[in-house]
Amino acid sequence: MTTLRIAGAGLAGLVCGYELARRGARVVLYERAPTLGTASVARFAGGMLAPWCEAATAEPEVVTLGRGAADWWAQVTEVTRRGTLVLAPPRDRAEISRFARRTEAHRPVDDAAITALEPDLAGRFSQGLHFAQEAHLDPSRALQDLARGIAAHGGEIRHGTDAPRRIDIDCTGMAAPLPDLRPVRGEMAVLHCPEVSITRTLRLLHPRIPLYLVPRGGGTYMIGATMVESSSDRPATLRALTELFSAAFALHPGFAEAAVIRSGAGLRPAFPDNLPRLTCQEGIWHLNGLYRHGFLLAPAMAQRLADTLIPETGHEDTGERRTA
Amino acid sequence: MRIYGETIASRLLLGTAQYPSPAVLQDVIRASGTGLVTVSLRRETADGAGEGFWRTLRETGARILPNTAGCHTVKEAVTTAHMAREVFATDWLKLEVIGHADTLQPDVFALVEAARILTSEGFKVFPYTTDDLVVGERLLDAGCELLMPWGAPIGSGQGLRNPDALRAMRAHFPGVPLVVDAGIGRPSDAAQAMELGMDAVLLNTAVAQAGDPAGMARAMALAVEAGRAGFDADPMDRRDLAVPSTPVLGLAELA
Repeated sequence: MTTLRIAGAGLAGLVCGYELARRGARVVLYERAPTLGTASVARFAGGMLAPWCEAATAEPEVVTLGRGAADWWAQVTEVTRRGTLVLAPPRDRAEISRFARRTEAHRPVDDAAITALEPDLAGRFSQGLHFAQEAHLDPSRALQDLARGIAAHGGEIRHGTDAPRRIDIDCTGMAAPLPDLRPVRGEMAVLHCPEVSITRTLRLLHPRIPLYLVPRGGGTYMIGATMVESSSDRPATLRALTELFSAAFALHPGFAEAAVIRSGAGLRPAFPDNLPRLTCQEGIWHLNGLYRHGFLLAPAMAQRLADTLIPETGHEDTGERRTA
Repeated sequence: MRIYGETIASRLLLGTAQYPSPAVLQDVIRASGTGLVTVSLRRETADGAGEGFWRTLRETGARILPNTAGCHTVKEAVTTAHMAREVFATDWLKLEVIGHADTLQPDVFALVEAARILTSEGFKVFPYTTDDLVVGERLLDAGCELLMPWGAPIGSGQGLRNPDALRAMRAHFPGVPLVVDAGIGRPSDAAQAMELGMDAVLLNTAVAQAGDPAGMARAMALAVEAGRAGFDADPMDRRDLAVPSTPVLGLAELA
């Protein structure tokens, strides 16, 4: 059986590695970082599996590619399927109807319905949208579960190692030699606030950035994320954190007492249309440009790659390869 | 339209923020036919300019007008201007000094001060201002060669909140290029600004947030062209009563 060599064990590399290993291929991942996920932009991700909400500002392919993501992840890690609640501050209420017009798979919710979904938000918002089919996961846990899954299927991840000259799949994100790729900076923070209990992803419609709050369990919440056309990886700015914190405060004043556990800034690799691409160059497959949709779109892209390398009709144990 | 000694082909100027993707932005710039686009600069941009994004913009052939968007003080605006000159290699600058977080209205006092500093350093300043005539005079005194009065608060899409003030500006500054910046929501708003004799309109959100940005860019371009052609054609004056437009000669003599 041939071995598939994958450069990069970030989100894209791990998802490809898992999908290929699951289908019977032998995979080896080469990762420069000494430990799992420490160099991956996925450590700043929200882990939202929210294709319908994302479609408000993305191409419709995000829904087609992302609608199966929650099911794919459920075979690997714990997925919380409680939907997304979209809210707006009173002065931006007009944004709700616009967001509803641009998206599908939602129902309008009033004060009572919002309270039924999230009792802690009682009396705070008079209208919103509930996207019942959406879900979220915990990114760092998902990366660990992927790594375990790869090992369980006989794959191998070599940390602290440069990839060999000859590889089959390049999942190195911004380090990949793809001229159209650009970095989009994003900033996030993690709060610990046991006083406030929120059980599903909340989005606060905001004219400048798509703000969201994802519960991580145990009173911990991730808030994100800015989008800046920049390759600067310096720590999050006060401006960005002020926006994120004031959004959290607008969702619930109890967040004023939150402990800020960490903040961070990462560079998301993106192509000009902000959609991921699977391309083959000089015999090397590239999966890249996951932008702000890594957890949402990586499974579909990895399945597409696996369909090419290991045709569905083929026998899993032959691991037949094509490098067209 | 000539600004700072150079000819700008289109009277529609576009902001480049809030588009779903650079690919959509490229389509929009092409559909609008604009020759001048504003780009807001942040410290992060200078740390490591988003090269891929600039490349996308440059490919459109539009000239870049860096913008000090989001600056609240003279010092901040001047620092941002210096970074912009370095990053974009141009001395053209849209000067924005925000005075109020909720309305994002310009702090005209800081604006005049920053304009004076920047023009003395050789910048060609495009000041985002209110429709106040005295502020306009001060900005021209400070060395600006055009004025960019607001139509309504940034991002509000309210259209021209005070057309009379813009008409007064046109009358008061006959030879000065006037660009309505901010507040345009629909093509009719853009046409109205042009009919008032404005030289151009600068808009962003109205196109970026439309369901079909490129379609809206086209609509705005047509509206700007129609409004300007209407102004050039010297429109009729309003009257209080009806005036028959059918011929009065040749009516049957019934008596």
